Amino acid sequence: MKYINDFRNGELAKAISHEIIDIVKSDKHYKFMEFCGGHTHAIHRYGIPSLLPENVEMIHGPGCPVCVLPMSRIDKAIKLALLPEVILCSYGDMLRVPGTDQKSLLKAKASGADVRMVYSVDDAISIAKTNPKKQVVFFAIGFETTTPPTAFAIKQAKKLYLKNFTVFCNHVLTPVAMDSLLQSKEVNLDGFVGPAHVSIIIGSNPYEVVSKKYNKPIVISGFEPLDVLHSILMLIKQINENRCEVEIQYTRAVKRLGNPISLNLMNEVLELRNTFEWRGLGFIDKSALQIKSEFKEFDAEMRFELPETIGKEHKQCICGTVLRGIKKPKECKLFEKVCTPENPLGSCMVSSEGACAAVYAYGRIN
Amino acid sequence: MCLALPAKIEDIIDKERAIVNLGGITKEISISLLDKVSIGDYIILHVGYALAKLDEAEAKKTIALFEAMLEDQNNEIH
Amino acid sequence: MITETIEKKLIGPKINFNKGNVDLTHGSGGRAMANLIEQLFMREFNNEFLSQNNDQACYQVTNGRMVISTDSYVISPIFFPGGDIGSLSVHGTVNDVAMSGAKPLYLSASYILEEGFPLSDLKKIVISMADAAKQAKIKIITGDTKVVERGKGDGVFITTTGVGVVPENVNISSNKAKPGDHVIISGYMGDHGVAIMSNRNNLKFSTTIKSDSAALNELISSMVSSVPDIHCLRDPTRGGLAATLNELALQSKVGFIIDENKVPIREEVASACELLGLDALYVANEGKCVVICDPSNSQPLLKVMRSHPLGLYSEIIGKVIEDPRHFVQLKTKLGGMRIVDWLSGEQLPRIC
Repeated sequence: MKYINDFRNGELAKAISHEIIDIVKSDKHYKFMEFCGGHTHAIHRYGIPSLLPENVEMIHGPGCPVCVLPMSRIDKAIKLALLPEVILCSYGDMLRVPGTDQKSLLKAKASGADVRMVYSVDDAISIAKTNPKKQVVFFAIGFETTTPPTAFAIKQAKKLYLKNFTVFCNHVLTPVAMDSLLQSKEVNLDGFVGPAHVSIIIGSNPYEVVSKKYNKPIVISGFEPLDVLHSILMLIKQINENRCEVEIQYTRAVKRLGNPISLNLMNEVLELRNTFEWRGLGFIDKSALQIKSEFKEFDAEMRFELPETIGKEHKQCICGTVLRGIKKPKECKLFEKVCTPENPLGSCMVSSEGACAAVYAYGRIN
Repeated sequence: MCLALPAKIEDIIDKERAIVNLGGITKEISISLLDKVSIGDYIILHVGYALAKLDEAEAKKTIALFEAMLEDQNNEIH
Repeated sequence: MITETIEKKLIGPKINFNKGNVDLTHGSGGRAMANLIEQLFMREFNNEFLSQNNDQACYQVTNGRMVISTDSYVISPIFFPGGDIGSLSVHGTVNDVAMSGAKPLYLSASYILEEGFPLSDLKKIVISMADAAKQAKIKIITGDTKVVERGKGDGVFITTTGVGVVPENVNISSNKAKPGDHVIISGYMGDHGVAIMSNRNNLKFSTTIKSDSAALNELISSMVSSVPDIHCLRDPTRGGLAATLNELALQSKVGFIIDENKVPIREEVASACELLGLDALYVANEGKCVVICDPSNSQPLLKVMRSHPLGLYSEIIGKVIEDPRHFVQLKTKLGGMRIVDWLSGEQLPRIC
């Protein structure tokens, strides 16, 4: 696999690791947050912590759209799925996330709901076309990476006069979340390993505001282990040289201005919600998207009556503090003992990119 | 943050759809989010959509940087 | 000739397998069922046991230890690149018997058919089972057929039970792995799972990968002849290599360290796993075995395995260690260490 294996080369990884060891200042403790769940996953899957010096610490961030989706939204999705006329289409990630009372889409499926896993929103459109008598609802989640396909699909649906296709929109925004995290001042960070594929869409530009406002360097990192190591090296260099910049490590895919076609599409179909609840982060203004009025006929929240619910978390679940980088998974009383991938009590354990799932799956060696 | 991969455009069906090859696996995907793609281009694929063209020159530059690090370190030892 | 005898004594009219579907009479115990059994199962499986037309099969028991294993096959899609539910039901159970070191002898085959299932498909499946049995040198000697109403079954479910006999000096068991032992696998990981997934409607990708479904009894027989003192043998089916190693770790109360660089995975399988966000270590295999043996035996075993068509790409991939936590650890391609945990739930392709 070209351009994938090249960035997983063990020898080169060791070389970057040696560079890091060479340049870290022994009297300093470096604390970086990898914002993105995909980076958390990569870090643990490749055993990167064992290649970093002791005074370089990586903290997981809230960049896992599955993890930050509040229970009340999952409860709504389950309610939609249980409607007899509905076929609910969802990305695989969401099927096992527990809502209130440990219900989930997978459990709803087992009790008779028509829940279908799709790889792409296009598959949901196909299902709508071939099931004209059913209402097909697409459970849209994700940061800016996943949003343009949803926007495109809504436009497609309008072009095709699809009467039985709607989207339950839960798209959320990255720089706003970073700002909210830093504003709370709960976590001491020296810098961010910034999201790879979100940045393909939005470019590096939006991070410059955040970086300047809080004086934190941000390095936009590719997904592969060599990218992550390289980004950590770049961050350490910035700290040592007293610089504070937004740098692009992932130069092969990210450009400063992002993908204009995608951004225009998003602006055409979607608009900012006044506020949106994030699991663990509370309500954040202007942090999520909803469907614009011109396309409201494709909005599941318009078509279906969905009463507001308040999701009830497990009393001892500390996913919120883990998502904010304040606590680590092993500090949770439930971790491994009660909360496991087979029996996840919170979203951080069930999402394959949640911090708890990553540490449980890969990092329990020490 | 989301699972996205480089894949090579093998065939272009029309303005909106193309076939990509990822290490021998082929799949039909959407190229509607990109301006212009050609056969042989590498794109970054996410949930069935091409999000960006991969800049091969930059990719090679990045690897060369790592290789230079390795070489420097090997030279230091000898 | 047995076949000629069967032809002359047909109970009912000749079934046209090209047209027509399974209906409720095929499972009701009447003439239609007897007809189907005679013209399809008995004809294709064709052996002296079945031709006696009893409800059971009587076979001579040799002195020694016998092994019995059973498995049900519910795979979807029924036909896939490299096999079908029929060949799989033979290979799978033959392999389960063979993993004890036993020589598999006979299988029983029981079918639950859904009303409306095409007879042409049923015939294809039965012929496939007959071929698989012939290649594995075992006989299908008894069976059963039931039919359920439309909508109550997914086409066809097959259960096969196999019996075999274990040679005197062979004692293979999942609790026998010892610290210091080597771990060998017989070839590429993940082919079967990827072949199946490529045919599932909602995932739609094209690949040349075929299922590796195969009967391993002859390979294992030559391994056991050369090294009777194999400690453990398992086929990494559902849950893949990861599941098997975690099970063995628990049963033998040990740990494993596996070298990711040594695990053979085809590029296309790796690509499909990347595309779907899956880990090839968890993807099912149906024609591979995991071997745990004393380190002094690994080279001789490897030699024997590599000289068999089903073991050409065998590799020593790791070793057994003392570990009270019974972890399966992986030395990653990058040189870091991580755990390969149990599979939780069903592997769902991720986007994120």
